[in-house]
Amino acid sequence: MATTTLTKAPRGYDPAAATPFLEQFDRVRDGLPGGGLSWLNDLRAQGRARFAELGLPTVKNESWRYTNLRALDKLAFQPAAGTGEAVRFDVLPTVRADGATGPRLVFVDGRFRAELSSTAGLPAGVELLNLADALTRKPDLVAEHLGRIAAPDDQTLVALNTAFLADGPVLHVPRGVTVEETIELVFVSVGSEAQPTAFHPRGLIVAEADSRAVIVEHHVGLGSCTTLSNGVTEVFVGAGASVHHYKVQREHTDSFHLSHTAAKVAGKGVYDNFILTIGAKLSRNEVNSVLDGEEGDTHVSGAYMVRGGQHVDTTTFIDHAKPCCTSREVYKGVIDDQARAVFQGKIIVRPNAQKTDGYQQNRALLLSDTAEIDAKPELEIYADDVKCSHGATVGELDDDQLFYLRARGIDKDTARGLLIGAFLSEALEEIAEESVRDAFQSYVANWQNAR
Amino acid sequence: MAATTETVEQVRAVTEQKYKYGFTTDIESDVAPKGLNEDIVRFISAKKEEPEWLLEWRLKAFRAWLEMEEPRHWAKLSYPPIDFQDAHYYAAPKMKDRPKSLDEVDPELLKTYEKLGIPLREQEILAGVEGAEGKSPAIAVDAVFDSVSVATTFKAKLEEMGIIFCAISEAVHKCPELVQKYLGSVVPYTDNFYATLNCAVFTDGSFVYIPKGVRCPMELSTYFRINQANTGQFERTLIIADEGSYVSYLEGCTAPQRDENQLHAAVVELVALDDAQIKYSTVQNWYPGNADGVGGIYNFVTKRGACRGRNSKISWTQVETGSAITWKYPSCILQGDNSVGEFYSVAITNNFQQADTGTKMIHIGKNTRSTIVSKGISAGRAQQTYRGLVKILPKAEGARNHTQCDSLLIGDQCGAHTVPYIENRNRTARVEHEATTAKISEDQLFYCRQRGLSEEDAVSLIVNGFCKEVLKELPMEFAVEAQKLVGISLEGSVG
Repeated sequence: MATTTLTKAPRGYDPAAATPFLEQFDRVRDGLPGGGLSWLNDLRAQGRARFAELGLPTVKNESWRYTNLRALDKLAFQPAAGTGEAVRFDVLPTVRADGATGPRLVFVDGRFRAELSSTAGLPAGVELLNLADALTRKPDLVAEHLGRIAAPDDQTLVALNTAFLADGPVLHVPRGVTVEETIELVFVSVGSEAQPTAFHPRGLIVAEADSRAVIVEHHVGLGSCTTLSNGVTEVFVGAGASVHHYKVQREHTDSFHLSHTAAKVAGKGVYDNFILTIGAKLSRNEVNSVLDGEEGDTHVSGAYMVRGGQHVDTTTFIDHAKPCCTSREVYKGVIDDQARAVFQGKIIVRPNAQKTDGYQQNRALLLSDTAEIDAKPELEIYADDVKCSHGATVGELDDDQLFYLRARGIDKDTARGLLIGAFLSEALEEIAEESVRDAFQSYVANWQNAR
Repeated sequence: MAATTETVEQVRAVTEQKYKYGFTTDIESDVAPKGLNEDIVRFISAKKEEPEWLLEWRLKAFRAWLEMEEPRHWAKLSYPPIDFQDAHYYAAPKMKDRPKSLDEVDPELLKTYEKLGIPLREQEILAGVEGAEGKSPAIAVDAVFDSVSVATTFKAKLEEMGIIFCAISEAVHKCPELVQKYLGSVVPYTDNFYATLNCAVFTDGSFVYIPKGVRCPMELSTYFRINQANTGQFERTLIIADEGSYVSYLEGCTAPQRDENQLHAAVVELVALDDAQIKYSTVQNWYPGNADGVGGIYNFVTKRGACRGRNSKISWTQVETGSAITWKYPSCILQGDNSVGEFYSVAITNNFQQADTGTKMIHIGKNTRSTIVSKGISAGRAQQTYRGLVKILPKAEGARNHTQCDSLLIGDQCGAHTVPYIENRNRTARVEHEATTAKISEDQLFYCRQRGLSEEDAVSLIVNGFCKEVLKELPMEFAVEAQKLVGISLEGSVG
């Protein structure tokens, strides 16, 4: 009693929840691509061992206090069966107004669909391919970067992804190259009537010094089968390079969408991330951006709209590791019915990361009496010459604004719609690419119209 | 650039400044043997001649405590393990016959007061000199000298109005029904590791009851002193403001210098009924340890107020400059409709001090409002965290919260952290949170210097300005002491 007890099992984890996943892994292990690469086998084994040790996080885990994954426990997820070739598409989502096909990769239940993908319009030297192929065609590129910034030791879901990693998008932009065309990555969840399906897409984006690329991820669902997407993407932003990475998640409301994006930004590099969340029964987007060189800049923003029994979790971590960097974060969300939203945003300023300028804003609108928002903005600062601020507001629509519109003869529902639209538009303003912003605006409008 | 360097240097200079109130008074005391077990709990209860129900409550708490784990994982604090068996849980100064004048008072005690700068008349009152009451009308003091109230004053005056202000051990005998009804009603004996420990072994503290419709005519005050070497301090304070009443309570602390870390785990419970108001102000300047981070008080305090009645209000104001470790979250449970909670805090950490402090505002009733203003100043190698929760429950229609957390960093080896939690389950509630972190800006310094202020005055002015929003909330009696403390903590070498 004199001293505190030593740590036993890791606090805030449920190791037993790992069992069904581990059993599957042992079944599929030999069929995973790149089985001949010993470094890859080691990495997968490391992921498996870490996940076996931790299992799924519980609400006792500080980072998961507002998001409960117990629902996953009850569903025995199986790896996607077959090749997915049977699934036909009339149309795939795109931000292109003209309907033309630009460079894009399509994944169905985590598996690459070459016949739907294209590398048209890419400058010479730019590599856009799927991970399974990259392991044979570009093994050095993959070996040099995979698992370097999203290490399985850090996070149990990253460990799970690492154990199963099989396919996903790989983009390599050489030094000084600007990719004019927007690259689209399309992920379709289809699943199976027979059992809940899980897949673990693994992405890798490497932008060498002074290069530039715009990437849009579409996550959509077909049908209504229960699926779990547990994705991990690593983004390397070279010195002076800029990566604009946008994502819209419109899966159906029986799906689980867990995603972890880890970016590392070299000196004067720019990493710009925006996530629009509309779908999924339960979603969590984790975005980690490490400013690893002087004068780096990162924007991590997003908007979400949830209703019914949806649960949306946004967890961001911005790490000012070097001096003279800037970060900006603007999140806005609208929560209706019994939906629940979680925002956790942490900014850390390391010792000696002087002249840091960090800004974070997070605003939420509650539209019903049963909606809930939990927010935890966090600053951790170890340097003195910094300017950091965060602001959070939650509430309902402003009565004065409603009155103003009503007084001009606009009916109540239209007035509310206008105000909600205006509220979300402010977040979408953070998207620098006009074509992307316009497309995302239309998704917001569609959601509103469905009200 | 030079200005920054100098500011840092000034702070370093303060580092070496001796803790003004660091001394130990040698008074014979009645000490319980070291260690903690059921017998010690029984010993304390017997010493206090407590009724059976209170002993039972203590024992329940002690048994619950044995099952609890020390909360070491979530607060941003690091300190060596505490050996709860290596401390005395009871020490009482020997109560002799009341002295006739200060000449008869233990000279050691008087020296303590002198060093604290307590006026002679107040010293008489504190030392329990006969007839001293009534000479000084300004403040009523319930001095906690180590664990037992040495003197409770102004009683006659307060009693006329029906106000009860006495040591809690006295209240147990004087008004047992009130104590039994409210003790543990805000902070239950199962609340948390430190509060539960306090329930088991609390020795003394203050009790206040303000009857219906009474406005307490004076500020009620307690000087806490940790004095006996190796004595853990387990103060228990209970304040009840009945319907329509008002009370302002001051708590101030100084502690002797000692190398060994001392544990302090107090519990303060406030209850405000319909239309009642409680204002609770604290100035805490316990020994923070020396410049190398050796020694200093470990301060693990549970403070909570319940706004039980409609239109009730509880306001916490704190100036925290002392202690090696501060773990403290004065909170408000806003149950009554239209009730108001406030938290104003200035926390200054220097050298190796660590503070993890903030508040919880739990909105339960309709139209409940809360305001949080927290100013943190971190210097030297100190680490400071604001940790707060604003929780709006589904029935809290029209609830409002505004939170402002500002941190000021002085020097590049300290840290300032902000961890607010916002949980809103009511559509009509509005919650706003703002936090900033900055250092003293070159522009501000330049502006002051340009107008002929010395570097030192400029820094002092800026830091004072930074804290002003909070300091102005303090009662006048405390404001002076608080300003001095800000001085001791940061500007000592400046002015």
